[in-house]
Parts: sequence; C-alpha cells; structure tokens
Amino acid sequence: MSLALRDVSRTFNGTTAVQNVNLEVKPGEIIGLLGTSGCGKSTLLRAISGLDPEYDGEIEINGTVSKEIHDTTGFIFQEPRLLPWLSVLDNVTFGLTGSRKDKENRAIEYLESVGLRGKEKLYPRELSGGMAQRVAIARALVTSPEILLLDEPFSALDAFTKMQLQDLLLDVWKKYQSTIVLVTHDIDEATYLCDRVVILRGQPGEVEKEITIEQERPRDRGSEELAHLKSEILESLDLNKQ
Amino acid sequence: MAEQQNNVTAGYVKPAPEARGKKASIKKKKDSLVKTVFMGSIIPVLLIIIWEILCRAGVVPSNQLPAPSTIVEKIISMAQDGSLWGHVWITTYRVLVGFVIGTVAAIVLGSFVGFYKKAEQLFDPMIQAFRSIPSLAWVPLFILWLGIGETSKVTMIAVGVFFPVYLNIVSGILGVDRKLIEVGKMYGLNTLQLVKRIILPASLPSFLVGMRSGLGLGWMFVVAAELMGASQGLGFLLVFGQNMSSPETILASIILFAIIGKITDWILKLVEDRSLHWQDRLEK
Ligand SMILES: Nc1ncnc2c1ncn2[C@@H]1O[C@H](COP(=O)(O)OP(=O)(O)OP(=O)(O)O)[C@@H](O)[C@H]1O
Ligand SMILES: [Mg+2]
Repeated sequence: MSLALRDVSRTFNGTTAVQNVNLEVKPGEIIGLLGTSGCGKSTLLRAISGLDPEYDGEIEINGTVSKEIHDTTGFIFQEPRLLPWLSVLDNVTFGLTGSRKDKENRAIEYLESVGLRGKEKLYPRELSGGMAQRVAIARALVTSPEILLLDEPFSALDAFTKMQLQDLLLDVWKKYQSTIVLVTHDIDEATYLCDRVVILRGQPGEVEKEITIEQERPRDRGSEELAHLKSEILESLDLNKQ
Repeated sequence: MAEQQNNVTAGYVKPAPEARGKKASIKKKKDSLVKTVFMGSIIPVLLIIIWEILCRAGVVPSNQLPAPSTIVEKIISMAQDGSLWGHVWITTYRVLVGFVIGTVAAIVLGSFVGFYKKAEQLFDPMIQAFRSIPSLAWVPLFILWLGIGETSKVTMIAVGVFFPVYLNIVSGILGVDRKLIEVGKMYGLNTLQLVKRIILPASLPSFLVGMRSGLGLGWMFVVAAELMGASQGLGFLLVFGQNMSSPETILASIILFAIIGKITDWILKLVEDRSLHWQDRLEK
C-alpha cells in the first residue's frame, strides 16, 4: 500500500511538535525515521496509524485520505504493551481471526521466529523486558499487515537478537511486501534495513534531509558504503550544526 | 504463584522435571499454609485459655462474661434444638440477596458512568453526594417506607453494598491504561469488543476489590437491619440475648457472624485469586 503525508503538523496545546512533514512512500518501501529525542517521531507515527486524528494536513493511504484506523496497519509501540491477563500465546493471537487451531499455529510459528518457542503459557509478568518486546513484535507481524509502523522496536534488545529480528522483519517484508515506516535511534539499523532514511530535526521537528539507499539486499552490515552513509547521517543529526 | 514461577525455571533448563517441580511446590505451599495457620492461632488460643481460667477461678462474674466453654455449649445446644440453622440461614440469605441486588445495580450504573462521559456528568455528582451520607442514616426512612419486613432489610443491605462496588467499578474503568486501549484500536476492535476484550479484564481487579468491601458492608448492614426489628436472624439473637440478660447468646451470635463473614469473604478471595492470577503483585 502506498502512503503519503502532505503538510502534516501536530500541535499539543499550543506547542508544535512536528511541522510540515511531506513524504511519499511507495508500496513495499521501507522508510526510516531518524531524529533526536523529542523531535516528533512517535507523534508522526501515531498520526499515520490513525490513533491520533488531531493533526493538521493530509495523510493518504492507498489513494484515500482519511483519519481512521486501518485494520491492515500494524503498529509496534515503543513499549511492549502486552495485555497482562493473557498468556504469551493469547497475546500473539489477539488480532487474528479464524479458527482457534489456525490462529495458534500461526502464533507459534512467529513465536518460534522471535526465539520464544516453549514460552507460550507464560504471562507477561513472567517475561523479561526484551522477551516482552519480542512477543509484541510477533503479535504485530503475525497479522501480516500491509503497512507496518515500528517505533524503536528493537531498542530493548541485545545486539545479536536485534540482528536476528531485523532479518525476520526483512523476511516478512519480502513475503508480504509490506510498506514499512521504522522509527529508530540506531543508524546502523536504518542503513541496513531502509530504502530511504528521513531525518527530522529541531523542535518543532521538520524534515531536514532524505537519504536514499540504493544498495541491494541482503546488505553487508560491515560494508564501506553503509559506513559512508552512516557518517553522512551523523553529520545531518549534529545538533551543533546550524 | 510460587508454583508458576517454579515451572518457569524448570522450563528453562529442561522440560522433563516439570511435574516433579510442581509436586514439590504444592507440598511447599501446604507447608506454608500450615505454618500460617499455626502462627496466626498462637495468640488467640492463649487468650482463650487465659479467659477460660479467669472465668473458672471466678475472677470475672459469669453473668457478665461467660467462659468460652459456656459459649461453645450454647452454640451446640442451639444447633441441637435446630434454632441455630434458622438464624444463620435467614441472615446469610438477607446478606446474599442484598449483595446481589446492590452489585448488579452498581455494575449497571457504574459501567454506564464509566463508559459515557455524559452519564458521568449527569450521575456522578449526585452519587458522590449520596455517598457522603452515612448509609445507616437511611434506616429510619426505609423502615418508614417499606415497613420492617424483608424488603426494607434487603434494600438497606443493597444500599450498603452498592457504594463500594460502584466506586471501584467506575475508578477501574476510568483507570484502564490508554495504551492498552490503543492496542485494541490498532486491531480494529469496535467499542463493544474493546469493552469485552480490554476494558472489562483490565478493570476486573478493581471490581473484585469493590465486591469484597461491599460484602463486608453487607454484613455490617444486616446487623443494623436485624437490630431494628426481626423475629429471626443472628442480629435478632443479639437483641434477644440483651433482653434475656444472656451474654453467652450475644457472644455466640458475634462468633457466628465472624465465622460466616469470614467464609463468604474467603469465597470471594478464591474467585479473586483464580481470575487475577496474571497480576504482577508484590508477594510476601
Ligand atoms: N500527548 C502529548 N501531549 C503533549 N505533548 C506531547 C504529547 N505527545 C508528545 N508530545 C510532545 O511532542 C514532542 C515530540 O514527542 P514524540 O514522542 O513524538 O518524540 P520522539 O521523537 O518520539 O522522541 P523519542 O525519540 O524520545 O521517543 C515532545 O516535545 C513531546 O513533549
Ligand atoms: Mg518516541
């Protein structure tokens, strides 16, 4: 599904958090949103998802402008937000429809991919922070959303698990051609995953720069080209620069 | 809860000894139960023994404070002539009917006020104002309106139960984490589904707290109602004991109140433990 933001701004009680964001996303594209803390990345994501309809400007999803929540959109929040009264398995099947057996099989498949096979019966209070976040990731991916919004999904995870889950995300993307908007603080993650990196800056946040990454996937995390892009991104994030 | 945790650790290492771990932890649970009961009964048992000794030695006059054994004998004799069951039954019956009516009314009005802003603005100020009237103050009015029959007793109990349940339901619903509601919205749940799948389970703990304190008040109100006028019931026994200058009847009635009140609270506690096992609570 395609996605377009036109002059999107969001003001909270008189203070503007983000301002005049324009963005065209092609179907199946992976966009990275980068920016310092508080520049409005989560705010933008919530506007796209439809959870926050109070923005100004237009957001167009697949050709129609609306402020509603689309049920083909998946959202991985900055926190796990698991439902504490449901077991891990029931949390993952939460958004699925169909027969119980099918739902559970699908859920187990995704739990396996996030490395949580055998933990189906645990309750959220029994999980570590990273495990909880992985359940949340499974819960969002299992519905194979056409638009996937991710708010720093991997920031609570160790380097190795993070890389595995980035690859899982790419697998899902390859299979379902989801359009992805990924908020991240991790520049390596952005250069490894994204087709385009959008850099927000300032308060209120505005689009500072867009960097297109042409490299074929699978990318080599250690490649010189990515290192070069990283320094370019770092430079545009630099707060001291005017 | 300890049992679950044990399973988790067992699951980490290897799944096989899980069953053994479970058995061991059940045994541990039993042991700790025995220990709590033992620790908790040391002081009451000591006091009862001292009381008995003082009575037998004639230090306290038995027409003022009868010995524990006399009270027990009284209960046994009432059980033998059958009058005990009638009193216990009618009192419990009044509490339960009042409790059910009060709880249902609180659920209906509480969910209404919790879910609709308009209903909150309309009803809540009034209910809050009524709440500040000590509920016992209604007693004369109810008796005037409804007489001293069953209806007025049950109504009083229902009124007493209503407030704590209502207040807890409303605060439970209003306190549901917005973030969890957003998760539901993201999955395209409509309002009814949101209520069923997120708001109700999330406010259940608060609802159960309300039920338990409502039940406690129900027992308090049944005493008041039966003191006002009744021909049967544990509250009637209190008045009867006073008129007959029979302290053992009063004390027997008090003890029976304590026992039945505790049993009903324990039933609710079991329900609570079963339905809230997912809660992340501080364990001692
Ligand atoms: N509900 C709200 N009410 C008032 N102000 C808000 C609200 N949500 C966000 N803001 C403000 O909007 C600005 C952007 O917040 P946002 O959460 O989008 O930042 P962010 O870029 O996601 O930061 P981080 O990287 O730390 O998550 C902040 O200044 C914040 O104070
Ligand atoms: Mg954020």
